[in-house]
Amino acid sequence: MRFDPKLVRGDVPLLNRVINGRPITYLDSGASSLTPRPVIEAMDRYYQHHHANVHRGVYQTANEATAIYEGAREATARFLNAPGGSPEIVFTKNATESFNLLARSWGATFLGPGDVVLVSEMEHHANIVPWFQLRETHGVEVRFIPVGDDFRLDLSRVEEAMAGVKLVSVTAMSNVLGTINPVRALADLAHAHGALIAIDGAQSVAHLRTDLVDLDVDFLAFSAHKMLGPTGLGVFWAREELLRAMPPFLGGGGMIKDVSTDGFTPATGPSKFEAGTPPIAQAAGFAAALRYLDGLGMDNVAAHEHDLTVDALTRLATTFDGRVRVIGPDNGVERGGVISLDVEGVHPHDVAQVLDQFGVCVRPGHHCAKPLMKRFGLAATARASFGPYSLTSDTDVLLEALTHAVEMFA
Amino acid sequence: MANLDDLYREIILDHYRSPRNRGELAPPAHRTEGFNPLCGDEIVLYALVENGVLLDIKLTGHGCSISQSSSSLMSAAVKGKSLDDVRETIATFKALMTTPEHTPGDDEQAVSDANLRRLGELAALAGVVKFPVRIKCATLAWNTLAQALDEIDA
Ligand SMILES: Cc1ncc(COP(=O)(O)O)c(C=O)c1O
Repeated sequence: MRFDPKLVRGDVPLLNRVINGRPITYLDSGASSLTPRPVIEAMDRYYQHHHANVHRGVYQTANEATAIYEGAREATARFLNAPGGSPEIVFTKNATESFNLLARSWGATFLGPGDVVLVSEMEHHANIVPWFQLRETHGVEVRFIPVGDDFRLDLSRVEEAMAGVKLVSVTAMSNVLGTINPVRALADLAHAHGALIAIDGAQSVAHLRTDLVDLDVDFLAFSAHKMLGPTGLGVFWAREELLRAMPPFLGGGGMIKDVSTDGFTPATGPSKFEAGTPPIAQAAGFAAALRYLDGLGMDNVAAHEHDLTVDALTRLATTFDGRVRVIGPDNGVERGGVISLDVEGVHPHDVAQVLDQFGVCVRPGHHCAKPLMKRFGLAATARASFGPYSLTSDTDVLLEALTHAVEMFA
Repeated sequence: MANLDDLYREIILDHYRSPRNRGELAPPAHRTEGFNPLCGDEIVLYALVENGVLLDIKLTGHGCSISQSSSSLMSAAVKGKSLDDVRETIATFKALMTTPEHTPGDDEQAVSDANLRRLGELAALAGVVKFPVRIKCATLAWNTLAQALDEIDA
């Protein structure tokens, strides 16, 4: 059964803010989602009652903190239906760090000159730059799947592009276009060519149901702060046998089995990649966010945001007589709630500035996807994006403010 | 509360819609590029200097209304002036863009009024300081011009 988004809204304290005399209209969940009270309270509870460093503790609260942290790992594994369970879940700082971990550990160990990493033109810089860095240090080739004029991956010549590919690394959902990519088909393609596949789930895990058994991928990266969780926590998931073969990424405390003056042996399991004191409070908050999303049901979240998106796309098309162009699929098919706008005669920064006067939060810029911007001949777009607490009334205010922007610069 | 009208003054919108001194100049005019990596604003500035005078200036590029109108307003303000005057205008404008938040005392007010008068149409950009993230948009053309003069001197 669908949830009531008004109740979700009531759970988010930040939505009580008044900006420039107007109630806030938050349309930037693609950049970071707002935090519901149960998530804030879980972190608060942790600090008030359970705070201690994790692992190797003997006293009561240290055991509690460890249970909270490891509990979050288990909750994450369940949320993703990870085939190997919690030993496959590595906590990082964010999706970006997860990609760096993948490139520096797995990439640097198993890839070399002549090997190809196949990414796409719609990737976030987090899934491009680490591969370029690996190209510099290890001589790998970075190849791009083109994006078609329909704002979708052009897979017409992907078979030819598979020569030499050892890793396909693509986003499940574009943070600029909203396009949802055919992950399972890409996984099958990669595996048919003996390659592995990594998925950027920064957008998709937050807005669609993710089932790693169904998707049959090998690596996944995403961030807690885009899915109602706190900042400072990311997830790197990999199949257990892959994790086992990967060397540690960062060195220090927590990631070792043994250290002597002669050297070290790394820990086994996900701790091998979690050097230093981990984000414990954030893990407590993230577990609460996962509980909250489970309570809503990810299929319901996706359906709610789908309805909002279709409604917004329809009204954008009819209200502005072509003056506001959507950079992304113009219908709701295989597309999420990220809507990039190009307003004729108004620069995205000016759009966002005018919208701010109405309390509307949208993001102007290249959205860390400069190759994609270049592909469509744009320097920037103004991007609106929905979350579970978004309502059609948010779109009302967006359209009111956009109308003002269009008139002002006419 | 900063008001939108403080930022988007009619003069600014006018210079954005119909930028002055738009285009390129052939050598021996000096060419300098300015770039704002944060928002992708880009300016290419052509300056023709002879006998210590900025004889001609033209600009191309793309960006938001603030960066583009500022470059247009700047070109109109400095064209035909001696380099000393140009440098002084740059300094005055940049001071305008760094006005501290506090209410100025009488003396300071007098100075800044005199400066505003000297800036003429450029004073329309004064409201930008109330929108701190947009200051870099307004100063892009000016930093590019300062760089061009330094390169010509060198
Ligand atoms: C598709 C995509 N990938 C990666 C990232 C990077 O996430 P983070 O900045 O949390 O590392 C983002 C967020 O901006 C994103 O939208």
